[in-house]
Amino acid sequence: MDFLKVTSSPHMRHEDSTRIIMLDVLIALCPALIWAVIVFGARALILTLVSVASCVLFEFLYRLIMKKPCSVGDLSAAVTGVLLAFCLPVSVPIWLPVVGSFFAIVIVKQLYGGIGKNVVNPALAARVFLFLAYPDKLGGSAFTIPKASLPLFGNVNLTPDVVASATPLANLSEGAAPTEDIFTLFLGERAGCIGEVSILMILAGALYLLVRKIITWHIPVAYIVTVAVVSYIFPASGMDAVQYVLCELCSGGLMLGAFFMATDYTTSPVSAKGRIIYGIGCGLITMFVRNCGGYPEGVSFAILIMNCLAWYIDKFTRPRVFGGAKKNVKK
Amino acid sequence: MVDIKKMFKNGLITENPTFVQLLGMCPTLAITTEASNGVGMGVAVILVLMLSNFLISLMRKFIPSQVRIASYIVIISGVVTAIQLLIKAYVPALDKSLGLFIPLIVVNCIILARAEAFASKNGVLPSVLDGLFMGIGFTFALTILACIRELIGAGTLFGFDILNRFGYEPITFFVQPAGAFITLGVLVAAVTAIRQKAEAKKDKEVDDK
Repeated sequence: MDFLKVTSSPHMRHEDSTRIIMLDVLIALCPALIWAVIVFGARALILTLVSVASCVLFEFLYRLIMKKPCSVGDLSAAVTGVLLAFCLPVSVPIWLPVVGSFFAIVIVKQLYGGIGKNVVNPALAARVFLFLAYPDKLGGSAFTIPKASLPLFGNVNLTPDVVASATPLANLSEGAAPTEDIFTLFLGERAGCIGEVSILMILAGALYLLVRKIITWHIPVAYIVTVAVVSYIFPASGMDAVQYVLCELCSGGLMLGAFFMATDYTTSPVSAKGRIIYGIGCGLITMFVRNCGGYPEGVSFAILIMNCLAWYIDKFTRPRVFGGAKKNVKK
Repeated sequence: MVDIKKMFKNGLITENPTFVQLLGMCPTLAITTEASNGVGMGVAVILVLMLSNFLISLMRKFIPSQVRIASYIVIISGVVTAIQLLIKAYVPALDKSLGLFIPLIVVNCIILARAEAFASKNGVLPSVLDGLFMGIGFTFALTILACIRELIGAGTLFGFDILNRFGYEPITFFVQPAGAFITLGVLVAAVTAIRQKAEAKKDKEVDDK
């Protein structure tokens, strides 16, 4: 009758720790990485490794210099590194992820107090920083055709028509249909950032995270449904509405952002209701930037803006304390 | 009579107008794209601060307290106009690069803050010294900020090529407004950390005694 013993709470413990959660995220990112190596060659793997190594190194050095306990072991810096590399084009110089890692780890994460205290997602903030700092290296002309033979370490000589290629989203924002059909887009044989191209591989990783209960469905589903609804209501001229919706969903960094970046624990709301509001907000801003903005892709901006609002969303969706007073009770 | 050392330390570090009091952010963020701009702006502010503190301290007994702010502004704008004309005549290049921000010194909070907090309550000599040291603190902050931004954002320092000759690719982000906010934020954090450490050390020494 041991189970009848009365003890003080908590009664159930889970062995989850930051390290295990981050390890799960890393495992979930593997399919997309494998696909990136297939499509873009070993250069994609080298960029990812450089990014991870420099993120971990900067985290280690910062904690060492500031005499704080070492936090490299929780693997969050490694996840940031992979995600940062995943939203860069494969043609960027090898040193570029190092600059991005410094911004992500030191400026965005550690100066705010380290894991759990950063206001915005470090990887995304670093991506936007790099995008604004080196517009020619990350902009529309930096994307290469799939399976282009790129040098492993050297700088990529981007010549139009030979290696450079417009992304499906760039085509969409100019009002043209992507040259790839939906199935190719879904599989991911297209120009784009390292980790965003294959929807199939990202969904495989996301499924793993959902099964392991690392993320909940609220944010990604609210995000993706919002994008689908908005693109169905405002389709591009001359395109079938359903076709257009599928193109919008399968191009750009939407899936990667929705499943792996918008769901970051630190920078997203806590309650289910809050997460749905957050996802809808991300979707609306993404479509606003895609359709009305100067840049073809709005996922990174959308998530960063909603990151800043997560605190407010939490405040307004705070659930009623169990047994506490109900709102709007009729007297 | 006047503790010059303490006043100097006050202006430069403990009450640094930019890093500690966070006053005069508008010129700080806007003109620090080049180191020479930072120094030029700083020198202009030193002159204005010294002269306005001098005049306000001289007239502090005649100015009725109900209209003191308006009187300060009149005095400050008179001084700024004079300085602007001088800059226009002798360093037209600086006038061109600072542009509107020279007349805007009139509304720079540092100057009004020193007038209200110091010159209106103290004698002429301490007021002039306070203006000098606060101005030096402002110049120091602006120059550091501008040097960092110019070095990272353009690879140069005071217009001389430093990093570009080594194949450095300037991060233009740092000479844009967002870069100003980030650099200033990091600097303020660093100065605050140093100050807190110094204070903790001081408290410990007091405790030990």
